Amino acid sequence: MKKFVLRRFAQMIFVWILVSIFSFSIVYFAPGDPLYIYMTPGATGHKMTDEELDRMRESLGLNGNVVEQYMSWAGKAARGNLGISINNKRPVLDQILEKLPCTAGLMGASLVLSLVLAIPLGLIAGTHKNKLADNIISGLTYLGISVPAFWLGIMMIIVFSMTFKLLPGSGMRTIGVNSAWDVIQHGIMPALVLSLNNMAVFVRYIRSNTIVQLEEEYVLTAVSKGAGKKRIMYGHVLKNCMLPVITSVGSRLGTLVTGSFIIESVFAWPGLGTLGMSAINNRDYPMIMGITMFSCTMLLLGNFLADILYGFADPRIKQGKE
Amino acid sequence: MAKLLTPLNQAALKAEDFSKIERENKEISVRYDRGFFHHVKKALGENKIAAVCLVILCVIITGALMAPLSSVDPDYMDVMNKMAGPSREHWFGTDELGRDSFTRALYGSRVSLLVGFATMVVSVTAGTCVGAVSGYAGGKTDMILMRIVDMFQSVPSLLMIIVIFSFVPNNMVTLVLMLALFSWTGVARIVRAQTLTLKERDFVIAAKTLGVSHVKIILKHIIPNMTTQIIVAASLSIAGAILDESALSYLGYGVALPKASWGSMLQNAQQYILYDPLLALIPGMFILLTVLCFNILGDALQYALDPRLHK
Repeated sequence: MKKFVLRRFAQMIFVWILVSIFSFSIVYFAPGDPLYIYMTPGATGHKMTDEELDRMRESLGLNGNVVEQYMSWAGKAARGNLGISINNKRPVLDQILEKLPCTAGLMGASLVLSLVLAIPLGLIAGTHKNKLADNIISGLTYLGISVPAFWLGIMMIIVFSMTFKLLPGSGMRTIGVNSAWDVIQHGIMPALVLSLNNMAVFVRYIRSNTIVQLEEEYVLTAVSKGAGKKRIMYGHVLKNCMLPVITSVGSRLGTLVTGSFIIESVFAWPGLGTLGMSAINNRDYPMIMGITMFSCTMLLLGNFLADILYGFADPRIKQGKE
Repeated sequence: MAKLLTPLNQAALKAEDFSKIERENKEISVRYDRGFFHHVKKALGENKIAAVCLVILCVIITGALMAPLSSVDPDYMDVMNKMAGPSREHWFGTDELGRDSFTRALYGSRVSLLVGFATMVVSVTAGTCVGAVSGYAGGKTDMILMRIVDMFQSVPSLLMIIVIFSFVPNNMVTLVLMLALFSWTGVARIVRAQTLTLKERDFVIAAKTLGVSHVKIILKHIIPNMTTQIIVAASLSIAGAILDESALSYLGYGVALPKASWGSMLQNAQQYILYDPLLALIPGMFILLTVLCFNILGDALQYALDPRLHK
């Protein structure tokens, strides 16, 4: 088990370094001198001299070739310094940490929502294979993976905020109101839209696993021992179904991160996605790098934890056999 | 099968049970070696919904191909009829400039479908090559290639694509390449997993013993034996590419105007949803329908070719 964890951890670090190199080189080749903003005379009318610019370049780690710049960036990033935003000259890390709770909250809520809804739906579909309930649920899962999330978001805004005025259509808080209920009201639609795709995938996993598990002998044994249906489903079948779902949660995190970018811009949710979009529009490269690294870290950590959890849950891996 | 062999049932085992098992196994091995079209026919015969999806897709594709034959110009502005509702003249109404929504959607399908197909071709080709090499070579090569796959799957793809578009000219070719760059990894994983099982099979070992070169084994023995899986992946990959393209267009980084894809029509419509929700509804429905059909078809095919599901 220890060896397994260590190997996964090494893999994660390796991928993490690859991501940083890849995204850094893309951002490096993007046009526009980050120092441009310092070159133009500001309110004081003071234009920086070449000498000052050189010093500035050095202090921002922008001198030298791409490898040197990367090393300088990585060295600072490892110590938690992601640089200074070009746009408003505040530290990137501070701004990201400020927005992180919003995005993490949205993603967490949608993940929980999708699992909570997917488990009963998947079990029902699996136990009623090819019957009406299964057909309806399976049909819905197809819709869930096929619908463009941003379009569904727009449609929901039209229906629920504009026509029926039930839920607020954008933002996270009503100005002047400071209550948790207000945030929840704002978050219902984005979280629901964001969870649909994952929910559909989880339902399909659970459904097909339930079908396989119901054929297993332990179910027969449990039935012959007189265990109730509820006990068999939730005590035995669900437990075995959840194993693959745990791993798939890890791999679905990518969809969640990318999805939250779009959903946030549809619902004007003030999270990392909105921050990222404005960073792109402002050519704020330190910010783009910071957000990229943050989302990929969330993703890799999630994958890693899912793998470890799976390892703990699956005795074959626990004993060192894979 | 396993149920029959439990001690409880052993007394009841008869000769016909064995012959039944034998028949089933034979059926499974036959199924393995059947060609692609056999699976398609079987999938469509068994699954009526999939057949309907194929028909819908054919209609949409024909519509897209035939669009220039229509006498309506997608850019013609009927200024007197801005944001009109559905009528006999304008089936789906008109947009904010008085252009016919139906014709625009038809032309939009040309862009969306073309981008979808082209992305699929690029990503399936790249994914198949990398996946086959990775699975076949194993060891260090496999390890490194798979970590690269991991890398592409953990980068926030939309953000990176938009950054790349800040220094790469934005046209159809680059759009397709960008979408493919972040979507070949799924195919690579599937192909790698298939290669891992195929390379243990007798015909590959036989070819190896006969001294066939590695490249030839991959090209002539391994890849042809997973055509069906690749086509399933391709079908799902078109669906994914159309969705990605629409999301990118929606954010304003898709195909450059005045060419409209379904996604850019949606982006355009968002400013007017208060006055005319129909403008946003139609391109979205087109995306949904197309993606849905590709997904259902891909799944039906997958179901048809998986022998374990046919007990």
